Amino acid sequence: MAELARRLPIPQRRLPASPVLIVLTAACIFLVVGCLQSDIFAQQTVAGLATGAVYGSLALALVLIYRATEVINFAQGEMAMATVYIAYQLIQWGFSYWEAFFTTLPIALLLGVAIQVVLIRPVQHKSVIAVVIVTVGLFILIDGLVAWKWGADIKFMPSPFGNRVYHVGGVAVARGDIGTIVITLLSVLLLWALFRFTKLGLAMRASALRPAAAALVGVRVDWMLAIGWGLAAVLGAVAGLMAEPAEFVLQPTLMQPILLYGFAAAVLGGLESPAGAVVGGVAIGIFLNLVGQYVHFITSELRLPFAFLVLLAVLLVKPTGLFGHRRIRRV
Amino acid sequence: MTALLELQDVHARYGPVKALHGVSLSVGEGEIVAVLGANGAGKTTTLRAVSSTVQREGDVRFRGKAIRGGPESVARLGIAHVPEGRGTFAELTVWENLRLGAYTRRGALKDDFARVGTYFPWMQDRRHQMAGTLSGGEQQMLALARAFMQRPRLLLLDEPSLGLAPLLVTEVFRIVKELNENEGMTVLVVEQNAHIALQLAHTAYVLEVGRVALSGASADLQQHESVRRSYLGY
Repeated sequence: MAELARRLPIPQRRLPASPVLIVLTAACIFLVVGCLQSDIFAQQTVAGLATGAVYGSLALALVLIYRATEVINFAQGEMAMATVYIAYQLIQWGFSYWEAFFTTLPIALLLGVAIQVVLIRPVQHKSVIAVVIVTVGLFILIDGLVAWKWGADIKFMPSPFGNRVYHVGGVAVARGDIGTIVITLLSVLLLWALFRFTKLGLAMRASALRPAAAALVGVRVDWMLAIGWGLAAVLGAVAGLMAEPAEFVLQPTLMQPILLYGFAAAVLGGLESPAGAVVGGVAIGIFLNLVGQYVHFITSELRLPFAFLVLLAVLLVKPTGLFGHRRIRRV
Repeated sequence: MTALLELQDVHARYGPVKALHGVSLSVGEGEIVAVLGANGAGKTTTLRAVSSTVQREGDVRFRGKAIRGGPESVARLGIAHVPEGRGTFAELTVWENLRLGAYTRRGALKDDFARVGTYFPWMQDRRHQMAGTLSGGEQQMLALARAFMQRPRLLLLDEPSLGLAPLLVTEVFRIVKELNENEGMTVLVVEQNAHIALQLAHTAYVLEVGRVALSGASADLQQHESVRRSYLGY
């Protein structure tokens, strides 16, 4: 702990551009005021925060891989879905939910590493398109394997948090939502600490930023990239396991809409920014919930198209997203 | 003097383009050796052949053993390569760059960091600054400090004077000399500025189109007719 304290204060990072900061602050004030004014508003905000945290952690997984491998991993959602099935299987074998949860995470890590080593590494230096195609293929492969092993029919899993609802003032808050928020944000925080404070995390950042220079100081860059895939898979597994109780049922399509929201969140955040991914996810989660509540023609069928409208707007108005910055390459 | 590093008939290529046509040189323990030559003579490639960052053939021996594996394995042998463009991590802080320098080592870094401070006093106070916001001279010093953290037996330095004001060049070379004398660090330095390189080095090699054209003690080379004409300009 002393070591940790000594390293603080945290080094100054590039702060997001100030207009963005103003928009975010205004949004926060709007939410706080709204929550104080209306119970329904507060309820929708908390629920949106929970789904948004799930989008955010999947978006963070996408960003991790994007920074290390410079591609969008289209299979991220399916990898997460597969790990949820693994947890489901463990529960079938008599594990409790949390035993299954914590057993699934290391399995996800190993699977992520294995996927990078076996499928991505051989094509990584060929071209970006080659890697993208491999991830698309992986999407289909995992989908097929899961359907073959477990069947495409609906499965049921116990909810980890029960169905209790707390009443704070007039606001009804589901225990599941609180649990989801806590678990996802905790895993994001742990990951952040890993990257910030450990030697492994530093080596991983160095490998993603400048692989050649990292190799020169003795970092085994290939392995760092593989571990990056592993950690992304763990994050995806957490997102999947938290998404499942919200969807109530388990089927192979579980993560497909969430992956799309994750894309939107990652782009909104700036694709290269881990903090941006989380903020983007939470923002989209809350925004969609509030819009669904107050704008009546946006029914649940229109949620996804509406999210993409947001995505399109971001790309048109500020292609670098909230926290991204134009990358300048020296040649 | 025993040879710490020995290159025997080393060839190297970038794809179809050959850059080294049989370079042989040796670096003694505790020595500073300079490699001089014009642009494209193969100076940088010589260093890259040592750190395995270029495709090479021929015999490269470090402490009598053939060097194998990629750059990360070479770093683990105790060879620090400060490449062209310095190889600092602009997006990381000074302190993180130094920690990365010590990546192959175990144990606490506090003493090392204190010793870095004796060579580069300004670094202590600015350890949380992003490396990319340092001046060119400071980045070169950071690259040196990062290499120092690795505690290498051999330091490969690529054009430390590049892009620096004359005063800073003198400063950088003074520190390299100190590292050599106080820490017993062996240095193989590639340099276009033959004048300052010959002042620093004990021995020097002159490369011309991928071959060693001349070699000898720095003092002798300074007197050598063709070196004076081609590289020293008098």
